[in-house]
Amino acid sequence: MTTRTTAPAAVSAQDLWKVYGHGEARVVALRGVSATFARHTFTAIMGPSGSGKSTLMHCLAGLDTPTRGEVRIGDTSLAGLSDAALTRMRRERIGFIFQQFNLLPTLTASENIRLPLTIAGRRPDPDWFRRLIATVGLGDRLHHRPTQLSGGQQQRVACARALITRPDVVFADEPTGNLDSRSGREILRFLRTSVHEHGQTIVMVTHDPVAASYADRVVFLADGEIVDELTHPTAEAVLDTMKRLDTGAVVEVA
Amino acid sequence: MLRVTLKGMAQRKVRMLLSTLAVLLGVAFVSGALVLTDTLGRSFDRVFSDAYAYIDVRVSGEPVFEVDELEGPPALTPVPDDIVARVAAVPGVAEAIGVVDVEGARLIGADGKTVPTFGPPQLGTNWLGETELVQLREGRGPQAPDEIAINAGLADAAQVGVGDRVGVLTREPRQEFTVVGIFEYAGGRESIGGAQEVSFTDATAQRLMLGETGMWSAVRVTAESGVDPQRLRDDVAAVLGDGYQVHTGEELAEKYATGLKEGLRFFTYILLGFAAVALFVGVFLILNTFSIVVAQRLRELALLRALGAGRRQVIASVLSEAVVIGVLASVLGLAAGIGVGALLAAAATSFMSLPLAGLGVPVTAVVSAFVTGLLVTLVAAVLPALRASRIPPVAAMQEAATPDRPLTRITVAGAVLLAGGVGLLGAGLVTDTLWQLLVGVLATFAAVALLTPMVARPVVNAVGRLFSWSVAGTLGRLNAGRNPRRTAITAAALMVGVALVSGVNVILQSAKVSLDDAVREAVDADLMVLGDMSGATLPTFDVRALERAADLPGVVATTALYQDLALVNGERTYVTATSDFTGLARIHRPSLVAGELERLGPDQLAISDHIAERHGLAIGDPVTVQFNRGEPHQLTVGAVYEDGSFPGRWMLPAGVTPDMTQPQPFMGAVLLADGAPVEPVREQLEAWLADSPEVTVTDLSGFIAQQAALMDMVLRMVQLLLALAIIIAVLGIVNTLALSVLERTREIGMLRAVGLTRSAITRMVTVESVVISVFGALLGIVVGSALGAAVVNALAEEGVEQLALPWASFGIYLALSAAVGVVAAVLPAIRAARTNVLAAIAHE
Repeated sequence: MTTRTTAPAAVSAQDLWKVYGHGEARVVALRGVSATFARHTFTAIMGPSGSGKSTLMHCLAGLDTPTRGEVRIGDTSLAGLSDAALTRMRRERIGFIFQQFNLLPTLTASENIRLPLTIAGRRPDPDWFRRLIATVGLGDRLHHRPTQLSGGQQQRVACARALITRPDVVFADEPTGNLDSRSGREILRFLRTSVHEHGQTIVMVTHDPVAASYADRVVFLADGEIVDELTHPTAEAVLDTMKRLDTGAVVEVA
Repeated sequence: MLRVTLKGMAQRKVRMLLSTLAVLLGVAFVSGALVLTDTLGRSFDRVFSDAYAYIDVRVSGEPVFEVDELEGPPALTPVPDDIVARVAAVPGVAEAIGVVDVEGARLIGADGKTVPTFGPPQLGTNWLGETELVQLREGRGPQAPDEIAINAGLADAAQVGVGDRVGVLTREPRQEFTVVGIFEYAGGRESIGGAQEVSFTDATAQRLMLGETGMWSAVRVTAESGVDPQRLRDDVAAVLGDGYQVHTGEELAEKYATGLKEGLRFFTYILLGFAAVALFVGVFLILNTFSIVVAQRLRELALLRALGAGRRQVIASVLSEAVVIGVLASVLGLAAGIGVGALLAAAATSFMSLPLAGLGVPVTAVVSAFVTGLLVTLVAAVLPALRASRIPPVAAMQEAATPDRPLTRITVAGAVLLAGGVGLLGAGLVTDTLWQLLVGVLATFAAVALLTPMVARPVVNAVGRLFSWSVAGTLGRLNAGRNPRRTAITAAALMVGVALVSGVNVILQSAKVSLDDAVREAVDADLMVLGDMSGATLPTFDVRALERAADLPGVVATTALYQDLALVNGERTYVTATSDFTGLARIHRPSLVAGELERLGPDQLAISDHIAERHGLAIGDPVTVQFNRGEPHQLTVGAVYEDGSFPGRWMLPAGVTPDMTQPQPFMGAVLLADGAPVEPVREQLEAWLADSPEVTVTDLSGFIAQQAALMDMVLRMVQLLLALAIIIAVLGIVNTLALSVLERTREIGMLRAVGLTRSAITRMVTVESVVISVFGALLGIVVGSALGAAVVNALAEEGVEQLALPWASFGIYLALSAAVGVVAAVLPAIRAARTNVLAAIAHE
C-alpha cells in the first residue's frame, strides 16, 4: 500500500484469499488482498459488480472467514476466533450500516439506536448519545417506529445505531443504495462528519462515484485484487478510474 | 393449475405436514371409536353365543320392570318349582331343569378381599353336574351345603385350590365353604368372557342367591332331537301363559349382547368427544396455515391473476391444496384409527378378561374418516381461499407490503357471535337442551377466537413483561405482539383445550366444595361404613355389626342404608331404605316439612318435599312399592323432609329390605356422644366387620372423598382431552414460529451482525413461543371459568351452590402451557440460531 499513516491501523488485511466451490465451480473472489485502514479515516471500496468488494468487506468485518490470510481489528486477529468471540467483537468494536437499513420494526427509532448497547447490557454515554442524536437530526421523530419514518430518516437511525458504541470501525454496505440523491447526500455528510469531527473510522462499499467522493480515500477492486486507489477523490476522478477499470482493468492487472 | 399447486405444496412440506397431523388426530379418533365399538361388539356377541350355545329354550319369570346394564344386576323374578314339572310335560321337551343363575356371589380370595371383576358378572349357580358346557378340571361337584365348585378362572384369580376353605358373600353375609371342585367350559376355557361362577348345591344356591327355597331363577329346557327350538318356545309359552318369559338360547345371546353393546356407546361417545375437540382445534391450525400460505404466495397468486387466472381458479388452487391435505389426513388418520381402535379393544378385553374377536373395520369408519377429514380441511380453507381470490393482479408488481388490516370487522363479528353464543348457552342451560349447549359453546369459542386479536397486543405485552429483563426476552415479547391475528389464532388453538378443561374443573371443584359443605351440614356422623364396587353389585356388609355397635359405650345413634330400583306408585325409581329412622334422623338432621320421623311406624315412609310436590302426596297418603320380586308393599306417607337433607328421595322402612336385590346394607353411619372417644368404637366395629371385606370404616371426610371420586375420574378423563388439545396446539405454535423465523431472516441476521449471540436468538424465539402459549392458556382459563361459572349458576338448584375456582389447577395449566411453549420453540429456535448472517443481510 502506498498510503502510510503514523496512527495505528483500525483494520488491516494481510494477503486475503477467498475461494468458493471446488473444481469446475471454483470461483476466486479475493486474490491476495492486503490493505490497511487507518483510524479516523473514511475509506470507500469501489469496483464493478463481481469485483469482490462485498466479500472483502464481509471478511474484514468478521462476517465471513477468508480462505487464507489474516484480518486484524486493531491489535486483534480475527483468525481462529470462535463464533461467540466474533459476536462479542461485532458487538463491541464493529458497527454496521446496511443498504436495507435493517431496523427492527418493533422498536422505536431511539430504541433501535441503543439496541447494540442494550444487547451488551450497557447504558449509553449520555454525552455521546446527545451529540449523536443532534447530528442525526431526527428531532421529534425519535419515538416513532421505523415504518413511520422516511427511507433517509431510517438510514440515519441505522447510522446512529452503528456509531452508538463508538466502535473501532464502522462498515457501511452501499448505505445510499436505497435512497434518493438528497437523502443519500445527507447520509454521506453525516458519515464524513462523524469521521472528521467525532474521530470515527468508516469503511464503505459503494459503486456510486459521488458517494465515494465523500471519502478520504478510495480503494478500487477488480477481479478480487486491489488495482488502484485515490486519496482526496473527486467524483470525476473516481468516475474516470472506474471507466478505465471497466475497459482495461484485466489487461492492466495482468 | 393443479400442477402448480402440487409443486408449491412440495416446497412447503413441513407446514403441510403439521396441518395434516392435526386433522389426522381427529380422524384417527373418529375411526378409532367406530373400530373399537365394532370389535368389542363382536367380542361380546361371541361370549354370549358361547354362554347360551347349549340352551334350546329358557323360561324365566316376567320381571316387574327391566334393569339396564348400567343400573345394576339384571332384573330377577324367581319361578316356583312346580313350573319345572309343567314345562317338562310339554311335548317335545327332552329335559327341563330348574337352575339358579344369579349375579352377586362374591368370593373372598386368599388376600382377604373379594375378587373383583370389571364388568363381567359374579354368578352364583346350582351345580348341574358335568354338561356339554361345563366339565370338571379337578375334584368333584358340591354335595354338602358347605361345598362349592368354582370355575378355573376364578380359582386362579382368587388363588384358591381344591380343599381350601373360602368365604363367599351373597344375599347373606359371609359364609364359609370348602372348594371341592374346579371346572372349565367347553373348549378348555377358564371363564366365559371373564365371568366368575360359584356353584352351590341346589338348596344352598336357592337360599343364598334367591333368598327362598322351592324357587329357581330359570328353567333350562332341552328339546327332543328334531324339535325346532322356536316351535318349542312357542309351545312352552302357550302352556305357561302370562307372567313368564320364554326365549331360545339364540334370542338370549342376542338380548344380552345388545344390552352390553348399548353400554359400549359410552366408550364411543368419549372417543367421539376427543375427536370433536381434535378436529375443532385442527380447524384453527389449518386456517392459520392456509392464511400463511396465501400471504406467502401473495405475489405468486397475483402473478397468476396477472397472467389471466380467474378468481375461481385461485380459489380452486387453494382449495385443491386443502383436498390433498384432507385426503392424506383421512387415509393416515384411518390407518392410525384402526391402530388406536385395535389397541383400545385389546386393552378393554384384557381388562374384562374377554376373548378378543378379530379386528373389524366397519364401512362407517372408512366413510366417516374421509367425510370428517375432507370436510374439516375444506371448511378451514374456505376463508383463506376467498382472501386469496381478492388479491389484485397489481400486487405482483408491488413491494410485498401487507399492512395491518384493521381489526374492527372481525371484532364486531366476534362480539355479535359472542352475544349469540352466550345467549344460546344461557337458553340451553335453562331448558336443558343439549344441542343449544353444544352450539353455544362452539359459537363462544369461535367468537373468542375472533375477539382474540383485539386483546392480543395488550395481554401479550403484559405477559411478556415477565421476560423483559433480557434483550432477547424484550425482542421475543415484541415479536409475539407483532401480528395479532397470527398470534391470536395460534393461541386460540390452545385456548379451546384449556377452556374445556378449566370449565369442567370449575364445575367439579364447585360441586365438590358444595358437596363437602352440604355433607358436613347435613350429616353428623363420627364413623362411616362404606366400600367401593368390585363388580356389578353394590358393596355390602353384615348389618349385625352395626346393630352390635349401637350398644357400645358412647354411641348415640347408628343407621344402615339399603338401595334398589322399585316401582313406586307405578313409576320406576331408585329408593333407599334405612334400618332405623330414629338413628337416621339424629345423624342426618333433616329439615322436616311435615310429620315426625321418631314416630314412623313399620308401614310408613318418608319422602322429600320435591317428591311430595311432584306426585301430589301428603301425610297419610298411600304409596305402593313393588320390587322386582315379592309382593307389593302398601305404605303410607309419614313424614316429608326438605329435598337433599336425606340420602334419598324415597326413604323406606327396614321391612321392605328382604325383597331388595341386595338385602344387605351398602352404607352405614355411627354417631357418638360429644367427647366420646372414637378410636375404641372404630376398632371394635372394624373387628366385627372383618367378614365384610367390601367395606371399610372411615370418617366423614372418607365419605366425602368417595362421593368426590367419580368427579375426580371425570376430571382426569377431561384432562386427557387437554393433553390431546395441547399436542395439536404445539403443532400450531411450531407452525407459526417457523414462519415468523423465516419471515424475519434478515432481521435475525442484523441482530447477529450487531452482536446478539446464538443463544440469545434461541431465547428470543423461545420467549415469543412461551408468550403465545401462556396467552392461549390465560384466555382458556378465563373463558373456561366463565363457562364453568355459568353452568354452576344454572346448577344452583341441584345443590351446587358455591362457585369455587381451582387456582392450583389453573397454576398447573399455566406452567404446562409455558412448558409447551418451550417445547414448541425448540426447532424454530434452532433454525433461527443457525441463520446465516451473510445470507440474511446481503442485498438481493
